[in-house]
Amino acid sequence: MDKRTKRIRNLFVTIGVALLVVWLIRPYTNWILVPQQIINGILNGGTLALIALGIVLIYKASEVFNFAAGHMVMIGAYLVWWFAGGVGESALISLPLWAAIIAGMIVAVFIGFFIERFALRPMTGQPLLAIILMTLGMAQIMQGLTTVLFGVTPKGNFPAPFSPSDVFNIPIAPINDVSIVFLNRLQLGHARLATFIVALLAAAIFVAFFNYTRTGLAMRATSENHELAQSVGIKVSRVFGLSWAIAGVIATLGGVLLATLTGVSLSLSTVALAAFPAILLGGLESFLGAIVGGLLVGITVALVQTSTVVEVRNSAEIAPYVLLLIVLLIRPEGLFGQKRIERI
Amino acid sequence: MAVLRPAGDFDRSYEQDMSLVRQKWQWGVLIAGLIVLFALPRLGNTYIVTTLNQIAYTVVALQGLNLLTGYTGQISLGQAAFMLVGGYAAGLGAKELGLPFYLSIPFAGLMAGLVGLIFGLPALRVKGFYLAMATLAAQFIIPWLTRQPKFERYMGGTNGFIEVPVITFLGHRFGELSDFVYISLVVMLITTVLTINVTRTRIGRAFVSVRDNDLAAELLGVNLFHYKLRAFFLAAFFAGIAGSLRAFSQRGVGTQFGYGLEESVLFLGMLVIGGLGTNLGPFLGAIFIILVEDLALWMGATLAETFPAQAAQLLTSFRPLFFGLALVLFLIFEPRGLTHRWRLLKASWRLRPFAR
Repeated sequence: MDKRTKRIRNLFVTIGVALLVVWLIRPYTNWILVPQQIINGILNGGTLALIALGIVLIYKASEVFNFAAGHMVMIGAYLVWWFAGGVGESALISLPLWAAIIAGMIVAVFIGFFIERFALRPMTGQPLLAIILMTLGMAQIMQGLTTVLFGVTPKGNFPAPFSPSDVFNIPIAPINDVSIVFLNRLQLGHARLATFIVALLAAAIFVAFFNYTRTGLAMRATSENHELAQSVGIKVSRVFGLSWAIAGVIATLGGVLLATLTGVSLSLSTVALAAFPAILLGGLESFLGAIVGGLLVGITVALVQTSTVVEVRNSAEIAPYVLLLIVLLIRPEGLFGQKRIERI
Repeated sequence: MAVLRPAGDFDRSYEQDMSLVRQKWQWGVLIAGLIVLFALPRLGNTYIVTTLNQIAYTVVALQGLNLLTGYTGQISLGQAAFMLVGGYAAGLGAKELGLPFYLSIPFAGLMAGLVGLIFGLPALRVKGFYLAMATLAAQFIIPWLTRQPKFERYMGGTNGFIEVPVITFLGHRFGELSDFVYISLVVMLITTVLTINVTRTRIGRAFVSVRDNDLAAELLGVNLFHYKLRAFFLAAFFAGIAGSLRAFSQRGVGTQFGYGLEESVLFLGMLVIGGLGTNLGPFLGAIFIILVEDLALWMGATLAETFPAQAAQLLTSFRPLFFGLALVLFLIFEPRGLTHRWRLLKASWRLRPFAR
């Protein structure tokens, strides 16, 4: 069987399985919630996609899997909150939100450079476990530092430009004669919509950066082959540092977006953990995969909540990880990843 | 590793070659060490008793993780979740099935081992980082399951814990921790002998070959499928035993007591700081990190008295900070861990005065 027929067969099998699943869960699903939840899922997934993008970037450049990504997101959110004068009366500076975001990003760039230079460069050539543990250790340090600097209580006063109650209403035709009010419209929260648009814009900027600028091309060359990149005059160590700096910027942006929805708290690092299933779903080496994976994880979490079975509804917090296990068992390389992973 | 022995120390029989304790003075040191170990809880100091108990069950969990990560080379971020399974199995076994404690501890190990096998299955298809993700999934899914309202009767539901009965043996109630710590210590000694023997016999050598080069191992006739699953089973089995000890000593089990991702990371960190793939590593790592964490707690408490306004953040921030710093510094400056330092010390003592 040639590749084309195989691909078409796989497509049909996938669609068939999907239809079967839909048919099986049909009686247990609250269908009127589905369109709204798909929209919520896509909008929430945008933030996950952005965070996933930062992790994929570092992985592509230096084959380091950044388990500290969640904590970088958290620190980014705290920094912006601090620069925007979140401390209150005693604040040293109180910048408008846009300036605070830029200031937070600048600090995040330095944090990124610092982590790369002093934590990961000494690890070059060490086994995978040591590198994973190094990022986990950095995560612990960031957790401790954030706690000692900013305290344990969640900060509700993030200067978000939108309140969660601002929504666009999209009127839709009533379906059949179901007499539930919100059936006649779909809600698009301002904050979620803005988050999604910013995430997509940022993703587009990064894709353009990697395709058209000299630095971006150098980073892609490095990710393909370190030695070849060195032989054409690319300074690999600088590329590593740069990728961590950019990842810091992305994480800060992701932190701001998450904080707009939920406020600033230490639990932001766990919220961002759902980006890991997104990456594996999309494939480790693919920017497109990170975005699609993020959206799919967002949609899955949202759709789980439409079930009429209370146990399934409760499982929203672990749904990404169940999805992760399924992906690992069926297609470990993800949707868009290269099949380089060694099969045993 | 080549074993450095002084001149004149050689084996005359197979039994001598296989013995763990080689010489009379080593027997003396061992017995003296055991006497000190068993006398420590009698000093009547609660801190010593609690820490000794904590070290004992942590060492058991680490020995399991060491078999999986140190010897077989499979990364696991789910050891704390398997401990939770063991704790619940022991607690429910004692409460609902009425098992005596000497049966409920192995029962806990067995149940945790079975759950470990399920989450070890992806190891057959993926390795390295992907496997770490599969065990990360276990670390999220298992604690979530124990919190389900549906299992409230058995697992405490949203309360996040169940109470575990006091264990009795030969008419003696092990209600006080200063009594229970002896059970922990004895179990720790049993698992220590067990791990030493696992690692120096056929199965341990197969584990090492899988770690060093899985393709070569398979060519040599090591069935990767079996040995990886065995490593997963053993790791979860030990975690289950450790969890049962922890459940019995804390008189309760559940997500209220921890068992989260931080603990799994903590275990990996302890292992690396102690020395991966060495039998001494779990001991040194557990002792070092537990003492560092206690120092962090003490520092936080002392500072909190001085600055009561910031008490909450001072109490919680030093532990991750100190642990992270210790882990990062060890990874950079001594990736082979404290065990390596200990060996260097021994070698330099033996070679004195010809080398330092």
